[in-house]
Amino acid sequence: MTNIIESKLKTDEMVLNMGPQHPSTHGVLRVELKLDGEKIVKADSHLGYLHRCFEKHCEAMTYPQIIPYVDRMDYLAAMSNELGYVLAVEKLLKIEIPERVEYIRVIMAEFQRIASHLVALGTFGLDTGAFTPFLYTFRDREKILTLFELTCGARLLYNYIWVGGVSHDLHPDFIRLAKEFIEYFRPKVVELNELLTYNKIFIERTANIGVLPPELAINYGVSGPSLRGSGVKWDIRREDPYSIYDMFEFDIPVGEGLAGTTGDCWDRYYVRILEMEQSLRILEQALDQIPEGDVSAAVPKRVKPIDGISYARVENPKGELGYFIISKGGLQPFRVKVRPPSFVNLSVFSEIAKGHMVADVVAILGSLDIVLGEIDR
Amino acid sequence: MNQVFDLPNFLLILLYAVVPLLFIIPFALMAVFFERKISAWIQNRIGPNRTGYWGLLQTTADILKLMQKEDIVASGADKKLFLLAPMLVFMGSYAAYAALPFSSIYIGTNINLGVLYMVAISGFVVAGIIFAGWASDNKYSIMGSMRSASQLISYEIPTLFVIISIFAVTQELNLKDISEMQTANILNWGIFGYAGLGFKRILLIPALFVLMIILFISTLAETNRTPFDLPEAESELVAGFHTEYSGMKFALFFLSEYANMFAVSALVASLFLGGYQSPFGYLGDLLNLPWLVPLEQVFWFLLKGLLLVGVQMWMRWSLPRLRIDQLMKVCWKYLIPIGFVCFIYITIIMYV
Amino acid sequence: MKTFEELFEILKNKFNEEEDISTHKEGNEDVILIAAPKINLVATFLKNEPELNFDSLILLTGVDDENGEKTTNEDGSFDLSGGTLSVYYHLESTSLKHKLILKTSVPRENPVCPSVALVWRGSDWHEREAYDLIGIIFDGHPNLSRILMPYDWEFGHPLRKDYKNPEFYNGMKVPY
Repeated sequence: MTNIIESKLKTDEMVLNMGPQHPSTHGVLRVELKLDGEKIVKADSHLGYLHRCFEKHCEAMTYPQIIPYVDRMDYLAAMSNELGYVLAVEKLLKIEIPERVEYIRVIMAEFQRIASHLVALGTFGLDTGAFTPFLYTFRDREKILTLFELTCGARLLYNYIWVGGVSHDLHPDFIRLAKEFIEYFRPKVVELNELLTYNKIFIERTANIGVLPPELAINYGVSGPSLRGSGVKWDIRREDPYSIYDMFEFDIPVGEGLAGTTGDCWDRYYVRILEMEQSLRILEQALDQIPEGDVSAAVPKRVKPIDGISYARVENPKGELGYFIISKGGLQPFRVKVRPPSFVNLSVFSEIAKGHMVADVVAILGSLDIVLGEIDR
Repeated sequence: MNQVFDLPNFLLILLYAVVPLLFIIPFALMAVFFERKISAWIQNRIGPNRTGYWGLLQTTADILKLMQKEDIVASGADKKLFLLAPMLVFMGSYAAYAALPFSSIYIGTNINLGVLYMVAISGFVVAGIIFAGWASDNKYSIMGSMRSASQLISYEIPTLFVIISIFAVTQELNLKDISEMQTANILNWGIFGYAGLGFKRILLIPALFVLMIILFISTLAETNRTPFDLPEAESELVAGFHTEYSGMKFALFFLSEYANMFAVSALVASLFLGGYQSPFGYLGDLLNLPWLVPLEQVFWFLLKGLLLVGVQMWMRWSLPRLRIDQLMKVCWKYLIPIGFVCFIYITIIMYV
Repeated sequence: MKTFEELFEILKNKFNEEEDISTHKEGNEDVILIAAPKINLVATFLKNEPELNFDSLILLTGVDDENGEKTTNEDGSFDLSGGTLSVYYHLESTSLKHKLILKTSVPRENPVCPSVALVWRGSDWHEREAYDLIGIIFDGHPNLSRILMPYDWEFGHPLRKDYKNPEFYNGMKVPY
């Protein structure tokens, strides 16, 4: 009987172009969805709407000139981008960095991680329809940006971390204000948890959605909170310590499937919450231990590395950010290749979106936390 | 109706019909304003504060802007349906006001099946939204309108369960008569089991309380408010069924949404929260000024309705959105069975 | 955790050293050079061999080596002929925690290189990018299309050293 009814009703798949202008593709991403009703049969991502030839530009600029361009890739985590690039150049140059500079870099990178995670969490709430957490997280992010502004005068794109040093020393009030922020911020995480994380509807929307099995994640090269959400304890700060991260105590939170399956959207979200706590721990230690010193002592007058290749990677808020630089001995790099974490993380999207509904696409994209500036470069 | 047409009577009917409009438009203006203010308070913001004192003229300015906007009809759109849809939607929400008893002397039309009429007339809204989605020639719109249709139709069932349960208790479907049954003081309100039922009331209270919550949830769904605002889910469907609308047509959708919000709040208030009745006595009775009583009733009616509207706004700014299958699950797996159990329970109490 | 020499030793036992694999030092980094046709076999071996278990491809980089014959044009631009394009593979084992860099070179005139997209799925987009920007053709890739440039970009591969901007693209003037 049902067969007869079904055969009479001719149904067809619908192609829905989500983006490039869409409220929740987090930029100019176009996702081509093949839909069966509201169910996704196939999801293809089309990139490049924000392509601005970063790698080609690099070949025509000197090493320090590239730093401001690096800011504009993951514009939500410019400090971490600079750190990664600078580490790659320093690896080629083989220069010693003053200890104070290393501390400042770690402090900035961890503040940047909190700021970036706050955007990720807030917009993820927005994607699932909760508007208020977004403004709460942005309120707290503004405070971090104010700290950055105090340090280097810019709020979003800093050009602060230079090869061999940083552009300015910390403001005399910085450490006091940073400690005040940590005091202020701890209860706000609890507030966010109460408002969004443990909300029944939010858990319904995100638990068991977009489950990313650990093997698949590793095979795709997924990194950062998206990988740790799948239960893989993998953090570059621990596995391949750079700067002075081996001096600090912190845990690596992983997804445990508290709300559903391990590796679902909620886990990826929750790992970010836990990571903010760990960043606060690192910050407390760093702010207590920071030594005095000259921050521009090691800044080279001319950056002219030897022939060779170098790959340096940092744990960006979004995942493993790597810079592969080929030098042929000139003032300009021969080739700069970026490993943008969002680019790799997004490539797994079409795999895990299959079989879910349109509303889940938004949740999965939000939980992967992509920034198109770095995907398209 | 074999009344002979006469002009004074016609004008009176017209007057009766226009009164809700005089309420809806200022209400919608203020509701939009307060929605923004309330959301600002919830979100640690200030909200509109530039236009007029305390930003009070903000929505008026918005409406003026909307009226000046170019009236765009998408080239692929079905022009007639596209034009018709916002009117139909607004008609549906406006017509619902006909059965609302604002006070004991003012009710648009005192029909016996007032509650059923309100549920039935909201079908216009469904039709309008489907027209809007179909005529827009936009995939987001059509998805929004399909969601809306399935949502509205599903949530009418728990609403009707509540209504027949109320009918079993009060044996009335006229909102004014139901309001009259909740007179005198707060203990006679619907959630406390109506007046004149004796000790049975105590047994009815739990069921009625549950029914009120069911009605409130399903009216949230019928007005497309968060957590059930899937038809216009911004993060998924851009703006849902009214993606392609601009200017005054968009304003009509907007207006009808807010009109609807108050209408359903007033329905909940009329059935369960005493309608236009004061929770204690009337000042007019006390001072022996009979003309004051209806005015007080209007005040209480609006106060209850607005408080419920406030609750709707509060929920909107605190909760995430459900997914379409979860929305259906809430309706079919929870609200309908619970409503049915309550209905059986009430009939057993009342008639056994 | 294995050192580079140990890793190379294991590879040497499996593959022909002179023809297929050799070591090479680029600056501070040790690189294993692989003959292009063998890259797929090496990749499969590296991934599936339990004591190697390179389960993750961190990065795949296409490079124009600019080592061909240079002919300078009148306007200062130049053309390249001959020489090679290279591909770097950064591999990592998340379980055994060792890393390795592979490099393979293909001739500029016929830049065909076997795809490893079926070994490491993550290389899918990296290979598309290398195809898009450098013009290396990955044989056996499931969907080798442009990724960052527009699908209808027909003016070559921008990251090649002798790339020249077109005057017009779809009626829009390109140099500004």
